[in-house]
Amino acid sequence: MSQPFRLDHGGRVDRDTPLQFTFDGRPIDAFRGDTVASALLANGVTLVGRSFKYHRPRGIVSAGAEDPNAFVQLGHGARTLPNRLGTVTAATLGLKVRHVNAWPNLEYDLMSAFGLVAPFIPAGFYYKTLMWPRRFWPLYEHVLRHAAGLGHAPTAADPDRYDHVHAHCDVLVVGAGPAGLAAAHAAVQSGARVLLVDEQSEAGGSLLSTDERVDGLPAPQWAATATAELAATPGVTVLPNTTAFGLYESNLVLLAERLRTDQPDDAGSESGARVWRVLPRQIVLATGAHERPLLFANNDRPGVMLAGAISTYVRRYAVAPGSRAVLFTNNDSAYRTALDLTDAGVPVAAIADVRTDTDGDLPSEARAQGIPIHAGAAVRRAHGRGRVAAAELCSLDGAPLGTVECDLLGVSGGFAPALHLHAQASGPTEWDPTLAAFAPRPGSGIHPAGAVAGELDLAATLRQGTQAGSAAAAAVGCSNGSEPEVPRATESTQAPIQPYWLPPGDLAGAKPQFVDLHEDVTLDDLRLSLREGYESIEHVKRYTTLGMGPDQGKLANPLATGVIAQLLGRDPASVGTPRHRPAYSPVSLGAIAGRHIGPLADPVRVTPMQDWHEAAGARFENVGQWRRAWYYPQPGESMHEAVARECLAVRHRVGILDYSTLGKIEITGPDAGEFLDRVYTNAWKRLRPGRCRYGLMLGEDGMIFDDGVTARLDDQRYLMFTSTSNAAPVLAWLEQWLQTEWPDLRVYLTSVSEHWSNIALAGPRSRDVLAAAGTDIPLAGRDFPFMTFREGHVAGVPTRVFRISFSGELSYEINVAADRARHVWESLVDAGRPLGITPYGTETMHVLRAEKGFIIVGQETDGSVTPSDVGLGRLLSRRKDFLGKRSLSRPDSVRPDRKQLVGLLTDDPAQVLPEGGHVVDDPGPQRPLPMRGHVTSSYVSPVLGRSIALAMVSGGRAALGERLYVATLHNDRWLPARSCHPVFYDPAGARQHA
Amino acid sequence: MLLIPCPWCGPREDDEFTFGGEADFPRPAEPEALTDEQWADYLFMRDNRRGRHREQWCHTAGCRRWFIVERDTVTNEILGAGTYGGSP
Ligand SMILES: [Zn+2]
Repeated sequence: MSQPFRLDHGGRVDRDTPLQFTFDGRPIDAFRGDTVASALLANGVTLVGRSFKYHRPRGIVSAGAEDPNAFVQLGHGARTLPNRLGTVTAATLGLKVRHVNAWPNLEYDLMSAFGLVAPFIPAGFYYKTLMWPRRFWPLYEHVLRHAAGLGHAPTAADPDRYDHVHAHCDVLVVGAGPAGLAAAHAAVQSGARVLLVDEQSEAGGSLLSTDERVDGLPAPQWAATATAELAATPGVTVLPNTTAFGLYESNLVLLAERLRTDQPDDAGSESGARVWRVLPRQIVLATGAHERPLLFANNDRPGVMLAGAISTYVRRYAVAPGSRAVLFTNNDSAYRTALDLTDAGVPVAAIADVRTDTDGDLPSEARAQGIPIHAGAAVRRAHGRGRVAAAELCSLDGAPLGTVECDLLGVSGGFAPALHLHAQASGPTEWDPTLAAFAPRPGSGIHPAGAVAGELDLAATLRQGTQAGSAAAAAVGCSNGSEPEVPRATESTQAPIQPYWLPPGDLAGAKPQFVDLHEDVTLDDLRLSLREGYESIEHVKRYTTLGMGPDQGKLANPLATGVIAQLLGRDPASVGTPRHRPAYSPVSLGAIAGRHIGPLADPVRVTPMQDWHEAAGARFENVGQWRRAWYYPQPGESMHEAVARECLAVRHRVGILDYSTLGKIEITGPDAGEFLDRVYTNAWKRLRPGRCRYGLMLGEDGMIFDDGVTARLDDQRYLMFTSTSNAAPVLAWLEQWLQTEWPDLRVYLTSVSEHWSNIALAGPRSRDVLAAAGTDIPLAGRDFPFMTFREGHVAGVPTRVFRISFSGELSYEINVAADRARHVWESLVDAGRPLGITPYGTETMHVLRAEKGFIIVGQETDGSVTPSDVGLGRLLSRRKDFLGKRSLSRPDSVRPDRKQLVGLLTDDPAQVLPEGGHVVDDPGPQRPLPMRGHVTSSYVSPVLGRSIALAMVSGGRAALGERLYVATLHNDRWLPARSCHPVFYDPAGARQHA
Repeated sequence: MLLIPCPWCGPREDDEFTFGGEADFPRPAEPEALTDEQWADYLFMRDNRRGRHREQWCHTAGCRRWFIVERDTVTNEILGAGTYGGSP
């Protein structure tokens, strides 16, 4: 028997296109046009999940994005999508659908033992019970994780592609129901460029489930025609299957467009999506309203549904969600559902209406159909376990009115505008007493229309949509001079609703009454929260987890506002709602990431020698976005062995380093020298062209910001080297001072980091290598001394060669245009081969500079280190001002117990101190131990045949030679060391001057 | 997202810009003449106004010019933009 609850006729489903998908492996017959939920209901499947905390059986509640229960897992493997709503997922051929929260399976759920042993876990349970004892946490966590399953992440990388689209339009219309379609038409008639989006696969919204007529046509037919007309109009884009999930400042709207929803893909899932970033000039908000649930005992039983959703399933999908219904309402709309059910041949056994006056048009029609109506009555309790079996009715003073058998219990507590987008961007809202809900007020560039604006009548909605559309178009200067035509529908009048939050008197004591079905938050939880003093709605939310599920509390929050107001005896307007936050409904991470994954997640920067390094077997490290050669192991060599070999090669022969990543900024103009004087601590104006100088740059707080060598290229031109990672920040820093403080200085800054590659030759034979590679630059010491540069050719290529050293050895840094760098590099390697030239990486570079006590900004310094702290006080000019100078005389900057740079030598030369290790005087029993400082750099020094370390130690410079201890990660294991001068090798600096 | 009106490039998304804090904190002409308190005031103290706020922005991923924006810190509404030293 297939689809026993499918009605014989009617609906929007395409009966000529049957299809089959599976739910937990069981085949489900459906038609094209079905959602997963409508097909499940057509097949009599009501149980779709177990609840979050108590594992109570849960069924489909709604027919839209507000459903708290219908979360399912789609597809499997790499393409699987968790937490998709069956109520908005199109049923497609071969789709694999699974429940998300039951273990080991849906029908027999072990975890509901939770519900048997401890029937209800009060709010705050997690905080109160599970905080102690801590050693049980792993156990709790294991159990809770199993209990709190919300679907499964894919087990492999998603093979699908996702895209981002950037779009602009005059008017964005969110929602293609009656208000949205009318608004889009009016805006288009005025000549505006319109983007119309709707989360469903078919435009029309509530028009698809009503028997009313628009412009003389059946409403669904009018919707289809209107949509087709819009789609065919130039300048109009219609996006179905697209959820506007976030509205931000400047009215930026994010859309999630689900692609491939009606054709099966390999994995049978609906993955593949686009996120649109839209900057509309005006927005028409036509997002509709969500029907509110009502409280009674066991109001979570499968078979309890929103009345409007029942109408939708009957009219749009031709599905009877049950075979005998009871309705419970506080407004007229449920009577329409009663009539829809009667039309479809489903008997309505009773309507309980909390109002005493039930004489409106719709109630009268229902009464005329012979439907029993109980005025001033409520449902006290639903009976049945796996599904509703009966509704227990009573009068509002508690008098029993009998128990009515039913397998479908429709509820309507009125309608709450779906103002989420509006509220996300802090759009103004106000309490509307006729709706008993918050409604949006027009915001800047935002025009609410239809149910979201509190208008529930179709004719009035069409009118309001038309007005909103033309107002939005007019606001961007579009008008065709005539009033747009309003689509016509029959006006109807509805009697006012009567807010019904708490069941009165004793009824309120019946348990359990769920406020938030997804989060299993009960009326008792709200009471407990208020009793414990958490009265603000934001506190209630955090204490109870109200509205914190993936459904974002769409049904729960509007209900909770009224319930809390009544419990506190306050006006709901003053209670408010929890802050609405994006995303309106779950968006897959793949869509949010778009193409920004893998190599495109962050740019990878490489030097022109990258291929050479790879061919040479280099290991790489990431330095910011750069990939830098770290070391070059030979076959069978460990990192330690490779680095030792590279270090000794530089110290004894010659090494070659790709140092192209250094930041390079050309500073030109008549005032370039004056500018450098202001940003560097030392003096620059008198540096002669052709010479280089080491400079320190401070923040205005006096702390070291960057260091590096700057050369004077000619009278009005300098070339500044910055550390690799500070290239961009230094340029930004210089630009800011020039533009905001010193616009009078005639100075121009140009980043040339990528234009010039930089090859460092270091070691006693580096001069010989340079000569062997062929150069027209005189290399003799007196012609080309330390801290100068020369322009000339190397290996036939124009270069700028700097005689500077970061290793302490005789060294040349060869700047060459990037496109010729590989040639020069290879020429040097070839020329140096007979001399034993050795390529070395960043690790060896670090060891060599540490042996010389050279600091690295960001390693020895951390933003709290002054030049004097690292022994560079000699670079502070007394004769001029410079950025940060004034801070160096602040009392804190001259404390004698500031941390200062020292060397550390372990007692055992084989021990290598841990970088970051705390330095103390005496690891005695006292706790906490006073800390003297920390290790900043620590290496094995191959040339010294022992370990060395640099450290920042309080008052360390005045106490060189003192006994210190360094903490290790192992408790009570302390490494003894003595402090020393931080230059370990060639303290006189003779080698770099060779 | 803020739509920031660069005086040179027009309105652009905020991820092209760098925020530079409150405007109108010029560097003292003679820092050495200041007391520690006065220097600390320049260095660390900002008004953090509620409401209209003049602040510095740089169009980092655009023209790389610094300019001044006036923004309401409550609503995030941008009330205007201006350049250092007059019109662009
Ligand atoms: Zn710009």
